[in-house]
Amino acid sequence: MNVLLFLIPAALCLGGLGLLAFLWSLKTDQYDDLEGEAERILIDRPAAPPPPRKTGGDLKDRT
Amino acid sequence: MSCCAAATPELAADAAEAARLQEFRLAATAPRPGVHLLRLAAPDLRCGACIAAVEEALSSAHGVLGARANLAAKTITVEWREDAAPLSEMIGVVEGAGYRVFPLEEDSGDSADRAANRALLTRLAVSGFAAANIMLLSVSVWAGAEGAARDLMHWVSALIALPTVVYAGQPFFRSALAGLRAWRLNMDAPISLAILLAAGVSLFEVLNGGEEAYFDAAVSLIFLLLLGRWLDGAMRAGARSAARRLAQLAPRGAWVLLPGGERDYRPLAALKAGDRVLLSPGDRAPVDGVVEAGEAQLDRSILTGESAPVGVAPGRRIEAGALALDGALTLRADAPAAQSTLAEVSRLVAAAEDRKSGLARLADKAARVYAPTVHLAALLATAVWLLAGASPRDALLIGVAVLIVTCPCALGLAAPMAQAVACGALFRRGIMLKDGAALERLATVRGAFFDKTGVLTLGRPNVLSAPDLSASQAAAALALASSSRHPFARAVAGHLSAHGFEPVAALEAVREHPGSGVEAMLGGERIRLGAAAFCDAAEETQYADDEAVSRVWLRFGEAAPVRFVLTDAPRPGAAEAIGALRRASVSVEALSGDLEAPVRRVAEPLALPWRAKQSPQDKIAAVRRAGESDGPVLMVGDGLNDAPALAAAEVSMAPSEASDVGRAAADLVFTGASLSAVSTAYRVARRTRAIILQNFAIAAGYNLIAVPLAAAGAAGPLEAAVAMSTSSLLVTLNALRIGWGVDAPSQSGDRR
Repeated sequence: MNVLLFLIPAALCLGGLGLLAFLWSLKTDQYDDLEGEAERILIDRPAAPPPPRKTGGDLKDRT
Repeated sequence: MSCCAAATPELAADAAEAARLQEFRLAATAPRPGVHLLRLAAPDLRCGACIAAVEEALSSAHGVLGARANLAAKTITVEWREDAAPLSEMIGVVEGAGYRVFPLEEDSGDSADRAANRALLTRLAVSGFAAANIMLLSVSVWAGAEGAARDLMHWVSALIALPTVVYAGQPFFRSALAGLRAWRLNMDAPISLAILLAAGVSLFEVLNGGEEAYFDAAVSLIFLLLLGRWLDGAMRAGARSAARRLAQLAPRGAWVLLPGGERDYRPLAALKAGDRVLLSPGDRAPVDGVVEAGEAQLDRSILTGESAPVGVAPGRRIEAGALALDGALTLRADAPAAQSTLAEVSRLVAAAEDRKSGLARLADKAARVYAPTVHLAALLATAVWLLAGASPRDALLIGVAVLIVTCPCALGLAAPMAQAVACGALFRRGIMLKDGAALERLATVRGAFFDKTGVLTLGRPNVLSAPDLSASQAAAALALASSSRHPFARAVAGHLSAHGFEPVAALEAVREHPGSGVEAMLGGERIRLGAAAFCDAAEETQYADDEAVSRVWLRFGEAAPVRFVLTDAPRPGAAEAIGALRRASVSVEALSGDLEAPVRRVAEPLALPWRAKQSPQDKIAAVRRAGESDGPVLMVGDGLNDAPALAAAEVSMAPSEASDVGRAAADLVFTGASLSAVSTAYRVARRTRAIILQNFAIAAGYNLIAVPLAAAGAAGPLEAAVAMSTSSLLVTLNALRIGWGVDAPSQSGDRR
């Protein structure tokens, strides 16, 4: 029983870490182009220029 | 765009290019002062080498701050300094690297979709975390935990489950509430009820020290349902944006005729009542208005659902969204774009692309009746068990199990999932499907018509021999040829300009006669370029060449007509496509506006029955006759002389090199040189139909087995949740089979 009081929070914390890691990867747009990222590691050339930064995630028309 | 009646020839070539650049300009944004950002659709991106080529070309261009190619969405994003390079240069760099680009329709709907998708994924992650951990704790309870240990498990489960239900269950609760407010029970109502009941009963048990809790059922149910929803949304978003990008149905601007006779390209928002808008064949009317000049056939299918073209003449009123098929019109706007049916048009366009096939609509109707029935069934089960002497808790839980098991998720997914997968499968093979319902119509096709130029042939003719022309005659001929988009005219124009001639500026009254040719006046003399009958030339019947050969005649005034001889290479894959259609009992025929001999040359090796010298009216008549006598008809054309026929056929396909009209009027657009895309699309359509029917069978079968089990108390809420999700999963997995085995044996298995 005492062991449980230690193990259960430990399991939950580890699970929580996994959840946070997933949410971070979601927030940094790592799922936008799964095919492209897979190909990109095979490309043999100097580092690509940084991708354009998104501003507010919403592209508004100029008109 | 082909030129309008009032345009001079070289303006036509520049005007089309200028309009294209304007479309790109309107799509660009300025995220920071002095910086431009542009997203482009690039359907030719295929692999890592493409990404490398594009990004390298762009990053070495002057003034570029950043560039990224997205292989999954097939888009290119580039950011550059405004003062360093113009937009046309950016586009030139990408096209120079060998990739075609189109402006990307980025409207608020897209970013709302992305935000919704992200929220869904976050909820999915949270509910997955919760479900896994609660399952961990439940296993120990099932394994025999007793007393204090069991209570501890239950309490921790409750602590995890309750916030999860509140957060991750929101999509269902919100939707059910919205339905209730409209006095309707939608699919989410029984789900919300099941979740709340399962969680509520479990909480009650835990507070009273009971033996069983059902938090695992509630949270697993949420997780599995969210998973199904995410998969569905992801497939559909991919399919929809692909079609929307290339089809480009809604224009961003329009040509306005100014009082001085000049033309100005204006963004749609700037159009006012009283503006005179110029529509070329292939343009959609951006505003409501009255026709001032010109005659054309209109495709109003987006407004009325009727695909039969309607002729309009000066004085007729047309609505925003109508597509001009074969003539140029001048329209006087009735109202600004904001007040005319423009927003309506975008909505209609989106609705057309999401338009469900007959089978899907049937499933929807069934699902609507389903929800009240489901509640009734659950209530009945609970009541019966109560009467039979079960405890209130047990009876309630059986009711919950019935609620969960009868969820019509599988039925609701059956058709849309298959259609979305089919769309993706077609997209990977270079075929753009604009309308989901078109795929179902394609599966029922009994006859097919193929145009010759541009379809059975590549549509890139070369001039084999040209007549001797004086410099001024050649200049005039070049100007006339440049005013038309017909492949023959372009070939003549290309040939003449390659010999160093410049077009003359003084052509007036340029008029294109679809199916015949183009004519203009120069200094009072009439010049004609086109078919033999158009130029009053005697037909020739001797053909010595092996390849299909065509004649284009040029006539100045009343002088004897002189001729250009053109060849056009046949399209690869034609034999395979026609053979495949024939094996499926679809009758195939070639229809062409060209003379008999060239048509025979192309059709005979393919053993195709053929008809030559078909005017656009003849083509429509042939399509209609076949439609009435044999059944639904597929028309494959490039829209130049057969746009009304494309609209009149049940299903139509056009190559991506087709004119704007063709691409706009056709239901499917295929890239690449091979005609086997037609048979591939047909195979996909047949396969999709079969799989939709299988999915219905799976959904119905599952219900027949599972509902009695749940009502009899043989399945608890958790088992019900798992069973229900399994049926949805089965339907989804079955739908994924659409992409298998649709390629012809000779094609390589390149799935990108």
